[in-house]
Amino acid sequence: MAVPETNNPVEVKDRSLASQKDDSQLRAVGRRFLRNKAAVFGLSVLVLLYLVAIFAPYLAPFPLDFLDVTLRKLPPGTPGHLLGTDHLGRDVLSRIIWGSRISLSVGFISMFMSVGIGATWGAIAGYYGGSWVDIAMMRVAEAIDLIPVYFLLITVVSVFRPSIFNIMLIIGLTSWPSIAQLVRGQFLSLRERDYTQASRALGATDSRLIFRHILPNAAAPIIVASTLRIASGIMAESSLSFLGMGTQPPAVSWGQMVSLGRSFLRDTPWTAMYPGLAILITVLCFNFVGDGLRDALDPKMKR
Amino acid sequence: MARYLTKRLMNMIPLLILATMIAFAIMQLAPGGPENMILAGEDASIDPSALVALREQWGLNDPIHVQYARWIGNVVKGDFGYSYFQRRPVVDIITEALPNTLQLSIVVLLLSYSIAIPIGIISAVKQYSWFDYTVTGVAFLGQAAPNYWVALLLIYYVAMKSGGTIPTNGITTQGINLETYGWISVLLDRLKYMLLPLSVMVFGSLTGLTRYMRSSMLEVLKEDYTRTARAKGLAEKVVIYKHALRNAILPIVTVSGYQLSTLVGGSVIIETIFSWPGIGRISFDAVNARDYMVSMAVLLMAGVLTLVGFLIVDIVYVMVDPRIKYD
Repeated sequence: MAVPETNNPVEVKDRSLASQKDDSQLRAVGRRFLRNKAAVFGLSVLVLLYLVAIFAPYLAPFPLDFLDVTLRKLPPGTPGHLLGTDHLGRDVLSRIIWGSRISLSVGFISMFMSVGIGATWGAIAGYYGGSWVDIAMMRVAEAIDLIPVYFLLITVVSVFRPSIFNIMLIIGLTSWPSIAQLVRGQFLSLRERDYTQASRALGATDSRLIFRHILPNAAAPIIVASTLRIASGIMAESSLSFLGMGTQPPAVSWGQMVSLGRSFLRDTPWTAMYPGLAILITVLCFNFVGDGLRDALDPKMKR
Repeated sequence: MARYLTKRLMNMIPLLILATMIAFAIMQLAPGGPENMILAGEDASIDPSALVALREQWGLNDPIHVQYARWIGNVVKGDFGYSYFQRRPVVDIITEALPNTLQLSIVVLLLSYSIAIPIGIISAVKQYSWFDYTVTGVAFLGQAAPNYWVALLLIYYVAMKSGGTIPTNGITTQGINLETYGWISVLLDRLKYMLLPLSVMVFGSLTGLTRYMRSSMLEVLKEDYTRTARAKGLAEKVVIYKHALRNAILPIVTVSGYQLSTLVGGSVIIETIFSWPGIGRISFDAVNARDYMVSMAVLLMAGVLTLVGFLIVDIVYVMVDPRIKYD
């Protein structure tokens, strides 16, 4: 019997229904998110921070690495130097603004790497769940997960030159296994659902099943994990930089500023305090947004 | 259960081999072997043939799989190798650093659990009270604050203001020993040095645990059996501390299994800041010095303990929760 002829209309109808549902669902998610004050606050602050990073050349009072040796170790609140100057006479506020470019982009780039690899890895493993493909792939992911994060990071950093780009790459490349495990779990359960089975019965190809039916339904937990992953990426870069294995001068990042400020803690504590505060605010806001998204995407998960 | 355990244990071995293989391969990719690090420290104008001789002597010229096979063969025999850098057995280095890390991490574990559990419970029972808001707020802040930054805050606001009474470096004062000063002085001296690293680490692990305890308790309070207990007319205290708590405390106690490896792994950052001679510190130094044997030993130890921790968590779950069964 020739099925393909009757197959198409069903699918078209199905698609229009699905898109209608997507629209109202998206709107409901948006509404629930906007009702969460902490999440909205976090998102607003983050938008502001990213705007500052993008327009740093126009906003920073002084150029990157501008220094005036006659104005060294000025305390915060000095006119013209709101957050003071460091031991070389560099404006702390300017350096925090310049540093935001690296600190904030590390989060996104490492997240895209880690989610890109992790989601693909987990999707393939989960879709072929139980087969040797799945077992082999998950063994590799578990083995990498077994190596302590900082151990893995400093080992890989010592292999490559710690350039900014390498740092982003390395954080992404070392943090994908947990995303893979999350996505695999989703796939294992979603591929058994009635709608997936129905679509398979209608002759859908593997890639159509994965990308059209399973992945969109696994999106919610992936999005939440990605948001939190940005925060942990920022934290990882700052810790590496603090240990002297991250961003190298003349480039500047927040973690590196804290590291430098540590040597002059007695004289100019503000050079270490303010960049650290910037990290805290950023990570806090990403956590707010992540929690808000989780509650908005799945009200049942709300704690 | 026995079958399940054997299966799990059999799965652990290939995982450990795979993990150590990956780490071994990445480490060997690093430019400059241990011989360069040693010679650079002693004499920059060293005869290049001495380098070659050292590499040959240490077997670093063999293909990587041969080196790995030799390493794992020795490990099975209980020989963890010889540190290129410190020129003594790796086992000696580890056994020297381990007590220092344990001294810190065990106290951290005990303190953070004994603080987090009651705070989490009260926070959940009095949800939306000012106490709850404060706890959740501080927990959120604590999870977002970089631990090295918290450490610097403490060094500046506590240690520096104390005028040198509270030390920020090392583990004990030189010359304080049991024979001449007695155990009270020794203990107090140790505690003094532990104060700052301990505070940073307790604060760090406390925040996550408190949130976890709170949400676990909130969940249990919504359960049918809690409502039943209340409906029976039991006193609120009995409902909370007998019926709810027993169920809510399970997940938080079992997650301690996942912390088994951090217990011995130490914290690279905290141990570096406070010059604490523990496992975190030596593994950081070992990676930088390309001291492969030390790195691999630390890695293996952390890996084994992580897996054992997972296993313990699984076993405890089956023991305490009859609804869970493994086959």
